[in-house]
Amino acid sequence: MTASRTERRKIVSLSGVRKAFGNRVVLPGLDLDIYRGEFVTLLGPSGCGKTTILRLIGGFESPDAGSILLDGEDIAALDPSQRPVNTVFQSYALFPHMSVFDNVAYGLRAERRPEEEIERRVGDMLRMVQLEELARRKPDQLSGGQQQRVAIARALVKGPRLLLLDEPLSALDYKLRKQMQNELKRMQRELGITFLFITHDQEEALSMSDRVVVLRDGVIEQSGTPRDVYESPANLFVARFVGEINVLDVRVIAQLEGGRLLAEIEGKQREFDAGQHRFAPGTRLHALLRPEDMRLLPADDGSALPGEVVERNYKGMMLETLIRLDSGRQLQACEFFDESDPDFDYLLGERVGVSWVPGWEVLLADEGA
Amino acid sequence: MRGREPFRIAVLLLIWGWIVLFVLLPNLLVVATSFLTRDDSRFISWQLTLDNYLRLVDPDYLGVFGHSFYMALVTTLLCLLVGYPFAYLLSRLRPSLKPYLLFLVIVPFWTNSLVRTYAMKLLISVNGLLNKLLLTLGWIDTPLRMLYSEGAVIAGLFYILLPFMILPLYAVFEQLRPELLEASRDLGAGRWRSFTRVVLPLTLPGIIAGSLLVLLPAVGMFYVADVLGGAKNLLIGNVIKSQFLDARDWPFGAAASLLLTVAMAVLLYAYYLSVNMIRRPDNDAELA
Amino acid sequence: MLNWLKYGYLSLVYLLLYLPIGVLLLYSFNASKNPYRWGGFSWHWYERLWQNTALIDAAANTLLLAISAATLSTLIGTLTAIALQRYRFRGKRFLNGMLFVVMMSPDIVLAISLLALFILVGVQLGFLSLLLAHVTFCLPFVVITVYARLSGFTPQILEAARDLGASEFRMVRTVLLPVISPALLAGWLLGFTLSLDDVVVSMFVTGPTFEILPLRIYSMVRLGIKPEVNALASVLLLLSLAALVGSQYLLTRNAPHTP
Repeated sequence: MTASRTERRKIVSLSGVRKAFGNRVVLPGLDLDIYRGEFVTLLGPSGCGKTTILRLIGGFESPDAGSILLDGEDIAALDPSQRPVNTVFQSYALFPHMSVFDNVAYGLRAERRPEEEIERRVGDMLRMVQLEELARRKPDQLSGGQQQRVAIARALVKGPRLLLLDEPLSALDYKLRKQMQNELKRMQRELGITFLFITHDQEEALSMSDRVVVLRDGVIEQSGTPRDVYESPANLFVARFVGEINVLDVRVIAQLEGGRLLAEIEGKQREFDAGQHRFAPGTRLHALLRPEDMRLLPADDGSALPGEVVERNYKGMMLETLIRLDSGRQLQACEFFDESDPDFDYLLGERVGVSWVPGWEVLLADEGA
Repeated sequence: MRGREPFRIAVLLLIWGWIVLFVLLPNLLVVATSFLTRDDSRFISWQLTLDNYLRLVDPDYLGVFGHSFYMALVTTLLCLLVGYPFAYLLSRLRPSLKPYLLFLVIVPFWTNSLVRTYAMKLLISVNGLLNKLLLTLGWIDTPLRMLYSEGAVIAGLFYILLPFMILPLYAVFEQLRPELLEASRDLGAGRWRSFTRVVLPLTLPGIIAGSLLVLLPAVGMFYVADVLGGAKNLLIGNVIKSQFLDARDWPFGAAASLLLTVAMAVLLYAYYLSVNMIRRPDNDAELA
Repeated sequence: MLNWLKYGYLSLVYLLLYLPIGVLLLYSFNASKNPYRWGGFSWHWYERLWQNTALIDAAANTLLLAISAATLSTLIGTLTAIALQRYRFRGKRFLNGMLFVVMMSPDIVLAISLLALFILVGVQLGFLSLLLAHVTFCLPFVVITVYARLSGFTPQILEAARDLGASEFRMVRTVLLPVISPALLAGWLLGFTLSLDDVVVSMFVTGPTFEILPLRIYSMVRLGIKPEVNALASVLLLLSLAALVGSQYLLTRNAPHTP
C-alpha cells in the first residue's frame, strides 16, 4: 500500500527540534518527516516525548531550537488557533456546557462561517461518526465511545491538513477500542487526511499504522512499517518494546558460505542466517526470537536446547509455555492449539527441547547491556 | 501564550499588591507594635521594649489566658465527643438522605454567629425556655441561673463551633472505606482493636483539623463571652479587644495577639506533621 | 436493631443545633411585650423594625457593604485562582501560604492588624476600611471555590478551543467563563454571607459614619433581651440562609464532571 503511493510529499517536517522543561531534556534534537496521506504512529513508553512532539506541532509548546515546517512553511511562530492542524485530545476535552452539535460547530464558528454552511458540515460530520440523533445531547449524557466520536468529529470538521491524535483510545475498554481502531482507519481512508497518532500500546500501533516510529527518551529508535518494526527490530529496545521476545547469547564460531554463520548458542552449535552481515569468529551476538516462532520438541531431540517446563498459561487460542533452559535462562514459547491433538499440553516439570524455525531469528550485535 | 503577557503581569501585580498591602504589611505592623511603648496621644511611641511580653506573664493576665484556654479546651473536647459519633453516623447514611442532612449541618456553619449566640442567651436565660422546661418536668424547683457563667460561655462556644468539628470529621469518614473495617475484622481484630488500630489513626487528621477549627477561634470570640459570660469569664479576644478599643494600649494588645498567633502556628504545624505522617504525598504527574 | 439509637442520636444533635434558632424565630413573632411570655402570633416587631429609619439605614449599609465586598473579592479571587492554577511564577508557594494565613488566623488577629494599617496609612474608618477588610477575609474562600472548579476540568478543553481556531479572548468568553460561572456565583454568595456574618473584624475597623447591622445587634444584645432584636436577628438569619441555599444549589447543579 505504502509503496504504491507515487506522490511522497512531505506535509510536516521537524528538523533538529529540541525541547526541555527546566532541566529535563525531553527532545534532544528530533528529525521527523511525515508524508501526505500517511497514518503515522509514534510509539513509546510514557515520558519518551511523544506527547511533546504532538504539542509542538499543535502549537501548545514552542521548540527551544530547530524548525517545524508544515507544507514547507515554518509554523513555529504561529498561534495554535492559526495552524491548519487539529487535535483529538486524550481525555477528549469536550466543552461540557455545549451540546454535541455546538462542540463540533465550535471551530467553524471561530472561523465565522455562515450558519447554513456550519449546519451542513456539522451534519455531515455527525453522520460520518453516527451521532446525528445525539446532536442535542450534552457530553455528560454520552458514553465514553460516543464522547470519543464527538472529539474526532470536532477535530475533523475543519478539514485539517494534519490530524493529531493523543492516545485517543486509551480510556476505552478493549472491545470498544478495537471497534474505534477500525473506524479511525476507515475515516482516514475516506477523508484522505494525514493522521499522526500516538500510543504506548504496541498492538494498537501495529494494527493501525502505515508507519510506526518507535521513540525512547526523545530519540527515534526505529521508523518503518509495522512489519519491519516487528520482524526486523533495529535494536534490543525496539525488539523488547514491540511484542514479547526471547533474547539468547550467541558466539560466532565461523562465517560460512552464502551468508550462513556457525555459532554457539546455549552450549549447542547451530547455523544462523547472517544476511549481509559478516562477523569475525569470537564475536558475541544476540539472537532474538519471537515466542510464536519457538517450537517445542521432545527432550531427546539433539538439535534442540534442553529445558524444563516451569509455567504454562492457557490463552484461548494459544498455549503459552515458560521453559527454563538448563543454563538457567528462561524462554517463552507460544503455540497454536493443534486441532488434531486435543491432549496437546505439557506438565509442569516436564523435560522438553526448544528449537525454532531456522532463519526466523534476528541477530543483533551485543550492545553490552 | 504570546499576547497574554500584559494581562498576566497585571493580574500578578494586583494579587501581590493586595496580599502585601493587606496581609503581609499589617501583620508585620502588629509584630513591630508589640515591641514598642504605649503612648496616650499617638497610640505608640518609638521606644523599643520587651515590657509587653513581660506583662503577659503577669499572674492576673496569665490567669485570664489560662481560664480562656481552659474554656476553649473543654469546648473542643465536648465538640469532639458529640461530633465524632455524629460525623460517623452521618457518613454512613443512605446516599439519598445524606446531602440534605449534611446541608442541615452547613446552615448553622454559615449563619451569623452573633445571632446564634444571642439565640443561646434567649434559651438559657433565667426566664428562658430551658428553665421553663425543667420546671415543668419538675426536675428543678427554682429557675437555674445559667447565664453569665463559665458554663454559659462553654455552651455558647460549643453551639457555635460544633459544625466546625463535624465537617472535617465527616470528610475523613467519607474517605474511610468500609472494606478497611471489614478487612480488619476478617483478619481477626475485635471491634475495639479495629477501632483503635484502623479507624482512629485514619480519622486522626480529621480529629486534629476539627479540634484546631474549634480551639483557635474559640479563644478569640469576645462577643460570646460578652453576651453570655459576664465580667468574669473572659476570653483572650476580650483582652485584646479591650486593649485596642478601650484601654488604648496597642503594644500590649499586639503582644497578646502575637501570643495567639504563635500558639496557632504551633498547632497548625503539629497538624501538618501528623497529616504528613499518615498520608504520603502522591507522586507528581508526568509532564510529557 | 440499633437504628433507633442511631437516628435518635442524630436527631438529638440536630435538635441541639436548631433549637436556639427556632426559639429565636418563634419569639420574633411574639405579640407580647414580655420577651419570655408567648402572647400569640404577630408581625408587630417586624413592623417596628420597618419604622425604625436608623435600622433601615444600617441594613442598607450592610447590604451595600456585603454586595461590594462580595463583588470585589470575587473579581480579585477569580484572577488569583486563575494565576495559581495556570501560571508558573516565583513566590507561588508564598502567595498560597499568605492566603492560608488569612483563612486560619483568628478573626481578631486579622482585625487588629488591619486596624493598625488603616491608622498608620490614615484611611478614614468607615465604608472604605470596612470594604478593604471584608474583601481581604473573603478572598481565600473565593480563591478556593474558583480554584476547585478550575482544577475540576481538564485544561485541555482550553487548549482544544485554541486548537479549533479560537483567539485567547474568544476562548475565555466562550469556554472558560461559562465553565467556571457556577463557581463565580457560589464564591460571590459565600463572600456575601461572610461579610454579612462578620462581627469581629467590623468591630475594629468600623467608624461612626457608617453603621452596619451586625454591630448594631451586638450593642443591643450586650445589654439584654429586647423583642426588636429577635426580629432583626431573624432577618439577618434568613438573609444568610438565602445566600447559602443559592450557593449550594449552584455548586451541586453543574458540578464539574471528571473526565
